[in-house]
Amino acid sequence: MSTAANGNGADLIAPEVAERVLARALANGGRFAEVFAESRQGLTMAIDESRLESVQSAAEEGAGVRVIDGATTYFAHVDGLDPADLERAADEAAAALRGARREPQALGAQFSQPIPIERRPEEVDAATKAVLLRELDERGRGQGEEIAQFTASYAEARRRVAVANSDGLLAADDRTRTRIGAQAVARRGEVVETGAETLGAHRGFELLEDDPGQIAEQAARKALTLLAARPAPSGSMPVVVGGGFGGVLFHEMTGHGLEADHIQKGASVYAGKLGEAVAQPLLNAYDDGRLPGEWGSDGIDDEGAPTNKTLVIEEGRLVSYLYDHVTAERDGHRPTGNGRRESFRHLPIPRMTNTYIAPGEATPEAMIEEVENGFYAVSFGGGQVDPATGDFVFGVSEGYLIENGKVTAPCRGATLVGNCLDALAAIDAVGDDFWMKTGICGKGGQKVPVGTGQGHVRVGRMTVGGTAR
Amino acid sequence: MSELSEATRRAVEAAQGAGAAEAEAYASRESGREVRVHGGEVESLTAATQSGIGVRAWIGNRVGYAYGTDLSEAGVTAIAARAAEMAAIADEDEYAAPPEPAEIEALSGLDDPSVQTWETPRVAELALTVERTALAADERVVAVEQAVYADSSERVAISSSVGLAGEYESSSCYAYLQALAEGDDGRETGLGFGLARGPDGLDPVEIGAEGAARALAMIGASKPESRACPVVLDPTVAASFAGLIGGALGAKAVQRGRSPFAGRIEEELASEAFALHDDGRDPEGPASAPFDGEGVPRRRTALIEQGRLRSYLYDTYTANREGVHSTGSAARAGYRSLPSVSTSNLLVATGGLSEAELLRAAGEGVYVTDVAGLHSGVNPVTGIFSVGASGRTIRGGELAEPIREFTIAGELVAMLGAVQEAGAEARWVPFGGSVKTPPLLIAELAVSGS
Repeated sequence: MSTAANGNGADLIAPEVAERVLARALANGGRFAEVFAESRQGLTMAIDESRLESVQSAAEEGAGVRVIDGATTYFAHVDGLDPADLERAADEAAAALRGARREPQALGAQFSQPIPIERRPEEVDAATKAVLLRELDERGRGQGEEIAQFTASYAEARRRVAVANSDGLLAADDRTRTRIGAQAVARRGEVVETGAETLGAHRGFELLEDDPGQIAEQAARKALTLLAARPAPSGSMPVVVGGGFGGVLFHEMTGHGLEADHIQKGASVYAGKLGEAVAQPLLNAYDDGRLPGEWGSDGIDDEGAPTNKTLVIEEGRLVSYLYDHVTAERDGHRPTGNGRRESFRHLPIPRMTNTYIAPGEATPEAMIEEVENGFYAVSFGGGQVDPATGDFVFGVSEGYLIENGKVTAPCRGATLVGNCLDALAAIDAVGDDFWMKTGICGKGGQKVPVGTGQGHVRVGRMTVGGTAR
Repeated sequence: MSELSEATRRAVEAAQGAGAAEAEAYASRESGREVRVHGGEVESLTAATQSGIGVRAWIGNRVGYAYGTDLSEAGVTAIAARAAEMAAIADEDEYAAPPEPAEIEALSGLDDPSVQTWETPRVAELALTVERTALAADERVVAVEQAVYADSSERVAISSSVGLAGEYESSSCYAYLQALAEGDDGRETGLGFGLARGPDGLDPVEIGAEGAARALAMIGASKPESRACPVVLDPTVAASFAGLIGGALGAKAVQRGRSPFAGRIEEELASEAFALHDDGRDPEGPASAPFDGEGVPRRRTALIEQGRLRSYLYDTYTANREGVHSTGSAARAGYRSLPSVSTSNLLVATGGLSEAELLRAAGEGVYVTDVAGLHSGVNPVTGIFSVGASGRTIRGGELAEPIREFTIAGELVAMLGAVQEAGAEARWVPFGGSVKTPPLLIAELAVSGS
């Protein structure tokens, strides 16, 4: 097992081994070959019923080799990083090709720009992490006698990766992510409500130095607030969306539709709209894989391209899609550093990193005051979109009525549904407050960490689907 | 003894050598392939092999877990030692103990040789046929976003320090497509899919035709009016809901007060038209196996029958806590996960009505063919849900215009009481876990549109 840690993943695969593997991958032809090596170590634990449980340690390593020939990608992955394992993967990837041998280019100098980690989580003893979870438990339960259940979790993972390809690229990265979560269940008679909060980053244990226990209180307070909630209304109305994880709205209704694989297959409502106005001029949005320490940031993408800040919507006009190697090549576009994969067991595809609506000029207070009757969606449980039709849905985890310009009663069970192009064009105010939150995004069976962000944003009209009669 | 069983035996010994009082090891070795096609060409071809081991170690009543991919002798020893180390961190839990060994009855037919005998070009042709069929169905089917075939063969071995030991092999495959149909005001998508133990069991023409039909049916969809009305859930949607109900019947959620079914055993909460079983040995069931994720024999469990809640699902831990027996419901997402209570194959009982009769019985209502946002729109603790949906209007007992961008909302337990009829024909659906269900007619749900 390669456990040496020189800080950039370069030790995962020696350049001469990578060259040999790439040559074998091109033994039967192909335009492009790549080897991706990965070593992952992780630790997770949880507290439930005030008892520390589910203490788990993970150590996995392996590699994926792909060969691209014409429009076809041949991919094989294996567990283990011995040269013999890598060569086996190369042979399997090449097995279905029938062309003449191609020689890969000699590898250049290694590129690496890992995000610095101040305090390595694996060097912090387990007892400290246990104490942290007990503190979360105590503070969550301490919010009131109506807190009936409380759970919290801790996770750390370090992924060291190395990529080499037949164009001579050699790159490596060393990624450490830390995340805690809290979930509270509050009960008042027959009424049961839940609240959740998370804190995560592409950072080490330093993330948890500044009062991490407050997420426990926030989760508990959400659940307690909802105890007094009434069923959410139904119908079409103005919706003010909260900052931070409210950005998942933009992630779903626009971000996915900008991923170039959907565009090239005609399976996105944003296809053919480059340069067109898709939103009001007050809207600017980015995908930025370089935001320091953010959950969706990395030094390089999973194809070795440097991560990048990409302006996708400029004053309401659509200005860029998000590309991986294959889709960029097809469009003759430069890569945008969005080729990501869940692990060495997956092919890279275009994915978002940290996606956000840039701060605007409105204040959240004014935005709400202008609404006579509407809905205030503070945070979401998650969302989903079909990029081809543009239909989306969001579950609201914390929402309130807006009546006569004032936030009034909390509501339970609200869902927002709509169509991307309509809803994006209906954004008529962007707040000057701004923050980011963490998410786990699923696409094509692959989960990757993503950041979402924005200040408060108002959508002029949207369908709220509630349970009120 | 196979190499895999040998690795589990070694891991158990190594964990005990590292200070564990008891230990259990679960190992798997899997090979698989996936073909994605687009525009008449193979877009990607994947060959995968993977293997790994997960070790549970007990020190007194403390339990820890470690897993990894290194099955060499040194690798297994290191993983086992980490499991013991993890156990030392956990708190005491009086119900944590390894399951006692029980006789495991073999289960044949889990392994279909066609997974091995069909060469890659032949399965690629299967995926291409899926795509071709959809494109040929109607000129308004303008593209197929992707058509996919995938299969895998897996060997699983388990052993423990209390004498439990078992091993089996199984195979599975599936094919699906996402068809795109062009209407006057945009594109519609339609999913078609099939599941089997091997490619011999898949019908690519049927899969392609289903995707095309679903996409075509949605052309011109508009928002329905908000109202409360009868709702027919097609099998894909009924399966998603069955999965949510099965999840809420897991004893861990129940015991920790996080289930709307807690404290309601033998209560009459569903209509007589709705019955639900979990069957981990159904010969057709994708999740079938001779034993569960901790080596306890799989079995059939009645969950809801004659309107009454009959049982929850238990693994060894939750069973110990209530002084009952495990229902063989410890599931694992491979060696990477600790066993935890989950459904195996859920079977929703069929009724007597054909789909046409079901629609007639609904009269005026909504036929739902797709739901979205289940992970965010359902509160698993309270059962209150509001999810995005699309489908067709039911008018005069027949399918009418397509509808989209609406939500259906209600409460899971109340919905079970409102099941008016179940259809006569059931199918296996990969949503909500592994579910076999007919369409269901719900007497009333809240529909929110315009």
